[in-house]
Amino acid sequence: MSASAAVKPALSNALAMGSAALFAAIGIILAVYGLDLVMNLHGALLAAASVVALIYIFTHQSDDRSGYLDGPIRVATLAAVFWGVIGFAAGDFIAWQLAFPALNFDLPWTSFGRLRPLHTSAVIFAFGGNVLLATSFYVVQRTSRARMPGRWAPWFVIWGYQLFIVLAATGYVLGATQGKEYAEPEWHVDLFLTIVWVTYLLVFLGTLWKREEPHIYVANWFYLAFIVTVAMLHLINGLSVPVSVLGTHSYPVMAGVQAAMTQWWYGHNAVGFFLTAGFLGIMYYFVPKRVERPVYSYRLSIVHFWSLIFLYIWAGPHHLHYTALPDWAQTLGMTFSIMLWMPSWGGMINGLMTLSGAWDRLRTDPVVRLLVVSIAFYGMSTFEGPLMSIKAVNSLSHYTDWTIGHVHSGALGWVGMVSFGAIYCLVPWLWKREGLYSIKLVEWHFWLSTIGIVLYITSMWVAGITQGLMWRAYDNLGFLKYSFIETVEALHWPYIIRAVGGLLFVIGGFVMAYNVWRTVRGDQPVDLKDQPRVAAAPELRSGVVAVPAE
Amino acid sequence: MNHGIFEKNSLILLIGILIVVSIGGIVQIAPLFMLSSTIEKVEGMRPYSPLEQAGRDIYVREGCYNCHSQMIRSLRDEVERYGHYSLAAESMYDHPFQWSSKRTGPDLARIGGKYSDAWHTDHMRAPKSVVPASIMPAYSWLETTPLDYTNIQDKLKTLQFIGVPYTDEMIAKAAADIEAQIAPDTPAAKELLARYPKAQVRKFDGQSPGEGVKPTELDALIAYLQMLGTLVDFTKFDASGPNLR
Repeated sequence: MSASAAVKPALSNALAMGSAALFAAIGIILAVYGLDLVMNLHGALLAAASVVALIYIFTHQSDDRSGYLDGPIRVATLAAVFWGVIGFAAGDFIAWQLAFPALNFDLPWTSFGRLRPLHTSAVIFAFGGNVLLATSFYVVQRTSRARMPGRWAPWFVIWGYQLFIVLAATGYVLGATQGKEYAEPEWHVDLFLTIVWVTYLLVFLGTLWKREEPHIYVANWFYLAFIVTVAMLHLINGLSVPVSVLGTHSYPVMAGVQAAMTQWWYGHNAVGFFLTAGFLGIMYYFVPKRVERPVYSYRLSIVHFWSLIFLYIWAGPHHLHYTALPDWAQTLGMTFSIMLWMPSWGGMINGLMTLSGAWDRLRTDPVVRLLVVSIAFYGMSTFEGPLMSIKAVNSLSHYTDWTIGHVHSGALGWVGMVSFGAIYCLVPWLWKREGLYSIKLVEWHFWLSTIGIVLYITSMWVAGITQGLMWRAYDNLGFLKYSFIETVEALHWPYIIRAVGGLLFVIGGFVMAYNVWRTVRGDQPVDLKDQPRVAAAPELRSGVVAVPAE
Repeated sequence: MNHGIFEKNSLILLIGILIVVSIGGIVQIAPLFMLSSTIEKVEGMRPYSPLEQAGRDIYVREGCYNCHSQMIRSLRDEVERYGHYSLAAESMYDHPFQWSSKRTGPDLARIGGKYSDAWHTDHMRAPKSVVPASIMPAYSWLETTPLDYTNIQDKLKTLQFIGVPYTDEMIAKAAADIEAQIAPDTPAAKELLARYPKAQVRKFDGQSPGEGVKPTELDALIAYLQMLGTLVDFTKFDASGPNLR
C-alpha cells in the first residue's frame, strides 16, 4: 500500500473518531447540565451512542473500499422491518383506544395525545425513512456503478437516523413536542436530524459524482428531489427558539395564520416528497427490476418528474379550506391540488405499463403483486386527494375520519405495499440468498394487508361521511339535529372495524418480519421452485442478468 | 428540449429541482407576511397571561390538537354550533398555532365560558362522569401535579423575542402574575388585570385559594380553556372594509 493511500483511511478514521468524541462531549454536558428530564435522557443517549461509535471505529480501522457498500443498507432494511412492526402496532393500539378509551390507562405516557405522534412518526419517519435510506443507497450505487463515498459517513447517516428516531419517540412519550403534526420533535432533535440529513445528501450526491454511467437514472431524480425538498421543508417549518439552550422546550418562530400555511406547506409535502417522490424512486427501480422489463415511457418519466415536484408544493392550503387563511391562498391550493391528479396518474400509468408483456408475473410472483397493487392504491388515493381538496367536498370531509381513511389508503396501500415489495426484493439480494425463506408467506402477507386496508378504508369512509353529515344536519325547526357527542357515539362500530383491519395489517407485518429473519439467518428456502429467478441475489442467478431499465 | 443536461450534471439537476420546488412556497407563504389584510384589525387581542400561556404549553404537551381543533370554519352549522367563525387575529400570538386537522372531540376555539370550572375539573378527572359517551382519555394527574413555572420569565422573554408584544414589565412580573391569577381580590390580582384585560382570576381547579397556595397544572389548563375565544370584541368587529378579504 502506498503512503498516500494509507493517509486517506487514517484521515477518515480520525475525523470519524473526532466527530464521535465531540458528540459524546455534547451528550455528557446535556446529560449533566440539562434543565429537564428529557434533555438529561437525550444527552445520555447521545453520549452512549457516541461512545459505542467511538469504540467501534477505533477497533475497526482497516479500510476496504472494494465493491458496493452494502452494510449500512442491510442495517436500514432490518430497521425498516423493526420500526414498521412497532409503528403499525402503535397505530392499531391507538385505534383500539378510540373504540375503548379505558385503554388510555389514565397515564400521561399512554394517552392518545402522546401516542398518536409516536405512531405517525414511527410509520412515516422510522419505517418509511429507513425504507428510503436503504433503497436509495442501494439504487444510487447500482445505477451509478459506483461505491458510496466515505468510510464512515454512510454509517453515520444510518445509525444517526436511528438515534433521531429514538430521541423523537422518547420525547413524545415524555411530553416533549412542538405541537405541529408530523413535525413534533423538539428543537434539539430537529438540529440533530439536520446534521444527519445533510450528510445523507452529501453521500447521495457524492455517489452521483463518482458514477460510471453517463446518465443519472430516473429513480435518482426522485430520490434527489425527496432529499433536498425535505431538507428545505424541515429547516423552514422547524424554525424555533429554545427557551434555554440546556432545556427541551422551544417556541416556533411563526404564529397563527402564517404558521398554519407554513405547517401545511410542510405537512402536505411530507406526503408529496417523503411519502411520494421518494417511493416513486422505489417504483422506478424495483418494478422494472422485478419484472425484468424497461420503464414504459422515458418521456413520461420526465414529464411525471418535473410536473409532480412543481405542482405538489402548492397543494398545502387544501388543509385550510374555510379557515382564517385568506381565500386567495385557499383557491390556489385547491387549483393546484386538482391539477396534481394528472402527474400522479401519469406516474401510475408509467409504473403499471412497465408490466407490458410481463403481466403473468402478477399471477406467479406475489412480490410483483405487492408492487402492482401499491401502484393501484397510489392511483386511487391520488384521485381521492384532489377530490377532497375541492372546497365543497372538503367542507364535509375536513376534520372527519374520511381524511384518516384517505391518508391510510396512501400510507398502507401505496407506501406500505411498495415498501414490502422492495424489502422482499432487497433481502435476498443483500444477504446473497437463493431466494426468500418462503414466497408462500409473502402471499399471506399480501392478503392480510389487502384485506386489512380494505376494512380500514371503508370503515373510515363510513365514519367520516356519517360524522360530516351529522354535524351539518338540521331538524324541521331549523336547529342543529345532533349534539357533538351523538356524532361520536355513531362512530363506535366503524372504529372497531378499523381497528380489526389495522390488526390484520399488523399481523402481516409480523409475517414479514419472520420471513425476513429466516432469510437473513440463511435458512434453506422452503419453496424455492415457486420463486422467480430475480428473487435470487444477482450473482447467484443463472443465465442472463437483467439490465436496469432506462 | 434536451433533457440530457439534467441527466448528466447532478448539480444542474439539483439546482433545477430547488428552483421548481421553491416557487409554490414563495408565492403562497411570503405574501402572508406582507399583506396587511392577512390579519384582521380587531379590538381585544392581547398576549396570554403567564398562567394562560403555561396552560397552553400543557395543552400542547398533552397533544390535545390530535383530537380538538381551534378553528371554526365559516360554515353555517359550525357558526351555530361553536360561535363566530375564527379570525386570523385570534391566533396571532399562538406559538405554535393549534388549529388542528381533526375533530375526534369538538372544536375548542370558543370553549371559554361555556362550562363551569367544576365541570372542567370533573371532565379532566373522569370525562365519562360528565359526558357518559365520551371517548376522551382522563387527565387525572393534572390536579395533583404542581405547576412548574420556574422558567416562566424565560418563556415570556422567548415569546417576546419572536414577536409577541410582552412588555418588560410583564416579563419581570411573570411569576408573580401566575400566583396572582389564582388569588382573587388581592392587589396583585388587580395589577394582573391591568396588564391582561379580561383575564379571569380565581382558583380554577376547585381547591380553595389562599395565601401561599401554589397553582396546579389543572389551574393553568382550565385558565387557558376558559379564556379561549373570549378576547375579541365582536360587537366592534367589522367584517367588511379593510377586513374584507
